[in-house]
Amino acid sequence: MSAQAPVPASSPHAQRAMRFVPPVIVFAAGLLAWELVVRIKEIPPYVLPAPSIIVLTLIKDWAVLSQSLATTLLTTLEGFVAASIGGIALALLFNQSKWVEYSLFPYAVVLQVTPVIAIAPLLLIYLEQQTAVVVCAFIVAFFPVLSNTTLGLNSVDRNLAGLFQLYGASPPQTLRFLKLPAALPYILGGLRIAGGLSLIGAVVAEIAAGTAGAGSGLAYRIAESGYRLNIPRMFAALLLLSLAGIVIYGVLAVVSHLVLRRWHESALGKEN
Amino acid sequence: MVASKTSSAVEASLTALAVSLRGVTKVYDNGVMALGPFDLAVRKGEFISLLGPSGCGKSTVLRLIAELSAPSSGTVRVARHEGDVLPGHGIGFVFQEPTLMPWTNVRENVRLPLKLAGVPKAEGRARADAALASVGLADFADAYPRELSGGMKMRVSLARALVTDPDILLMDEPFAALDEITRFRLNNDLLALWRSLRKTVIFVTHSVFESVYLSQRVVVMTARPGRIQADIRIETVEPRGEEFRTSAAYSDYCRRVSAALAPSYSGQSTL
Repeated sequence: MSAQAPVPASSPHAQRAMRFVPPVIVFAAGLLAWELVVRIKEIPPYVLPAPSIIVLTLIKDWAVLSQSLATTLLTTLEGFVAASIGGIALALLFNQSKWVEYSLFPYAVVLQVTPVIAIAPLLLIYLEQQTAVVVCAFIVAFFPVLSNTTLGLNSVDRNLAGLFQLYGASPPQTLRFLKLPAALPYILGGLRIAGGLSLIGAVVAEIAAGTAGAGSGLAYRIAESGYRLNIPRMFAALLLLSLAGIVIYGVLAVVSHLVLRRWHESALGKEN
Repeated sequence: MVASKTSSAVEASLTALAVSLRGVTKVYDNGVMALGPFDLAVRKGEFISLLGPSGCGKSTVLRLIAELSAPSSGTVRVARHEGDVLPGHGIGFVFQEPTLMPWTNVRENVRLPLKLAGVPKAEGRARADAALASVGLADFADAYPRELSGGMKMRVSLARALVTDPDILLMDEPFAALDEITRFRLNNDLLALWRSLRKTVIFVTHSVFESVYLSQRVVVMTARPGRIQADIRIETVEPRGEEFRTSAAYSDYCRRVSAALAPSYSGQSTL
């Protein structure tokens, strides 16, 4: 080995491609296998539709499905916003007074550990349907925001807190310039979890409501298509739900990255 | 507050105290006696070091002076500026850690004490930039703390303590976590700053060498509960420079300070 063989340095570009190319290949291979099995075995669409049928159904039923998607997304958004505001506000309240925290925290836990699918039918009795669905999304999503924000507010550097005390910072100043910025990475982590969970909450409530015979969200479409043995439409609706979940997670991850990129470890490149 | 109004100006300038502690003790909530009884008088413009073993209450003394903690008994008096000094602005505090806010840049970190006091933004920024220039970091105002080395972070911390133009600078083992070469440089820079600004400096350290090199007086404390073991005046040709570090007088002082410190680590903490 006299000649110097140039060692191909793995550029950041190539490394990024490594992250995306293999899963895409796996996905394509899976779809291809699925399509082939259905065609070769001649499985009827009401048992298992081929991916091509699902895509065609998605296009054919777009008018109905897009309407349902919009309904579900709106519910998810409302639940998410309510959970974010409620979770952060409650955490701030807990942070101000230990008594409030000790009085209310157990009930937040109870709300979290009780399966929402069991609460949904009750909510549907007492609340208007759309409200009940949003409340379900809220119940599922608010706890991670609350617990993460509480953790963040309690994670303030003690020396920094001493510094604020030394310079006579008022409680609102300490909150605004010290506690909230220090808690921000934790809050954003909580919001990332809450985004996906509010979609789950919305879907669970829609299914519960759907069996009561009303509603028009994607989960309702899945339940309805199931009764009608319209299996391709079930898959199409499921595909949309799955995509919606991915997009929500992606958007929140990007927002989190943009907010934290200048200073927080979680948003810094590995080379740093 | 210490100098009485009847004393003459000359007398006041000779004896004016920046800080005085009389019969101060500190007992923690868990019943451990951390300090005292402890007496200390620091003249205006003086640079003193507090030296002692871990847990002897050195940091507690600083916290008491800064009013971050209240004494269990005794009195702590700190001379205030004439006129209206904003809260906390008579005192600058440098912690052992740089204690910077990671979410904002260097300029905003230095401006913090002014922001909390309601100083207008433009004025605050100008003063922050001036303070940064005084510690040699004028070019790093827009950098984030994580982009700086340990020594530079410490300089930012020093700039933040200086931005309010305090009379008294309290430093709690500020250079302990730095490598020796960086520490020597910062020692020299601190001395230069002290000569030009003439602040009262109370410097807590573990290092015999650092205390002798920097200060006019080294106060050696006993093991817990901390009391004064020795009060050694360091007299040499001013201004001090690197040549002092290698002089015979320097090693002589180091020997004396080490000897004063010896009982506290050989298990005989009482005088």
